[in-house]
Amino acid sequence: MLRFITSRLLQSLLALFLVITATFFMIRFVPGGPFTAEKAVTPEILRNLEAHYGLNKPLGRQYLDYLGSLARGDLGPSFKYPNRTVNEILADKLPVSLELGLWSLAIALVVGIGLGTVAAIRRNTWIDYVASTFGMIGISIPTFVVGPLLVLALAIHAGWFNASGWYTPADRVLPCLVLGLAYAAPISRLTRGGLLEVLHQDFIRTARAKGASEFRVVTRHALRGGLLPVVSFLGPAIANILTGSFVIETIFQIPGVGREFVNSAFNRDYTLVLGTVILYAALLMLLNLASDIAAAWMNPKVRLEA
Amino acid sequence: MPAADRPTAPAARPAPLAEPLEQGHSPWQDAWQRLQKNRLAVFGLWALVVVSLACVVGPWLMHFGYEEQNLDLGATPPSGAHWLGTDTLGRDLLVRLLFGGRISLAVGLAATLVALTIGVVYGAVAGFIGGKLDAFLMRTVDIMYALPFAIFVILLMVFFGRNIVLLFVAIGAVEWLTMARIVRGQVMALKKMEFIEAARALGFGQRRIIFRHILPNILGPIVVYTTLTIPGVMLLEAFLSFLGLGVQPPMSSWGVLIKDGAEKMEEFPWLLVFPGALFSLTLFSLNFLGDGLRDALDVRSSKD
Repeated sequence: MLRFITSRLLQSLLALFLVITATFFMIRFVPGGPFTAEKAVTPEILRNLEAHYGLNKPLGRQYLDYLGSLARGDLGPSFKYPNRTVNEILADKLPVSLELGLWSLAIALVVGIGLGTVAAIRRNTWIDYVASTFGMIGISIPTFVVGPLLVLALAIHAGWFNASGWYTPADRVLPCLVLGLAYAAPISRLTRGGLLEVLHQDFIRTARAKGASEFRVVTRHALRGGLLPVVSFLGPAIANILTGSFVIETIFQIPGVGREFVNSAFNRDYTLVLGTVILYAALLMLLNLASDIAAAWMNPKVRLEA
Repeated sequence: MPAADRPTAPAARPAPLAEPLEQGHSPWQDAWQRLQKNRLAVFGLWALVVVSLACVVGPWLMHFGYEEQNLDLGATPPSGAHWLGTDTLGRDLLVRLLFGGRISLAVGLAATLVALTIGVVYGAVAGFIGGKLDAFLMRTVDIMYALPFAIFVILLMVFFGRNIVLLFVAIGAVEWLTMARIVRGQVMALKKMEFIEAARALGFGQRRIIFRHILPNILGPIVVYTTLTIPGVMLLEAFLSFLGLGVQPPMSSWGVLIKDGAEKMEEFPWLLVFPGALFSLTLFSLNFLGDGLRDALDVRSSKD
């Protein structure tokens, strides 16, 4: 187990290094720089600016400098927000994305696992059909259609919520609901499929024969194996949810990491782009590892191979 | 033929002397029959046929061009002249919707084709040759799974000018990983079988064995997964267009129309509702068809 984790961590570090390198050089070969949009920048000022941020050094040197400061946990200064570091900006935006993400995740898990379980137990009844249709609709209708439609209906016409913003607790409802339900749909399908596969196995019959209540059979015996596909799905999904859905943050004008990332790419804010990419990639890799470990813990048949 | 004739029709046929041998069914015919019993999949198939036909043929039959503006008219709700209404520049929404559909479907198909080609070749080579090469190739796939691809696609589109060919390639390059895994798993299972050994004994080259003997036998999973890839690809295109990074005006795609509609929905809700509905219907149909095909072809989700 320990060997598996260390080897996977090393592998992740290698992947992370590749991501950093690829992103670093890719953004430098792109036309335009962080200061091209600035109006009235005389050549002297531009030179000063570039000298200040070290942009006049050879590219290889800049790369090594960046890796050096990264090793100390310093993501560098932002090129677009004067006097602010990337660390500060991300520390500012991340809590917002995390709050959005955690509520959405809670909704996704409760609704998704709940519906999937009910559908599997009451297979081929109307409950199953309703739940399965919900799953299919949720997968097929993208958040950027559901989101604006809900805003139209519940915010603009009914007037229950603000159409956008992130100030009052009520502002949290619509974005979290849209993002949560979008992930509840695949989770409910995976739960249903996983449970159906488990429910006719011998150990379930044994549990029933021992006189365990149906509730106990499902929650204690079946769900443990039945949720395996969900656990594998959750690794990357949680990373996506937590770092903020770009679309949700755009629709509802939420000041989170996702929106910041898109803006920073447009602004050629090199360090901020890199910082966001690193944050996202690291989170993705950690959660992937966590979901693999959880899957192995839930199912002894899964052997961890590094 | 009048309905009354029907019951007599079989009797009119000359009676066969002996009971004829029952016609055999190929596995594909069996699958087709199973698929036809799945009402939602059939619905999906028909909806896709209708939507694609409308998008390909429709714009030629319409009285309006997709960029034909009528500023005096402005945005109007659905009416007799403009069935789905007009946008703020007085352009006919139905025409723009069908035209945008061409782009969305084309991106969906082309990018899927890219993903399909890379994934199948990569997976087949890894699975067939095996050994160290396989270990290296699949470890690479594992590492690539861990990369934040959505972010890379966004960066690519921001930096390199939102060109539509790049869009195909970028999306295709993201979506091939799962296909490679599925194909590899299937190839590994097949390559031990006797008919492959026979082909080897006959002295066929590896390329011939892979493409002529193995691939035709794993078409089922490939077809299923391709059908399920298309909606993912279309979603990614629409997602990029929604962020303003995909198809650029005056061209349109469903993503662009949804983005425009969302901006103006307060006053002109039909601009959001119709594109959103058509796009969702298409994804819905593709997903149902893919699910139906999976059941009909009895493809178990791949485990490697």
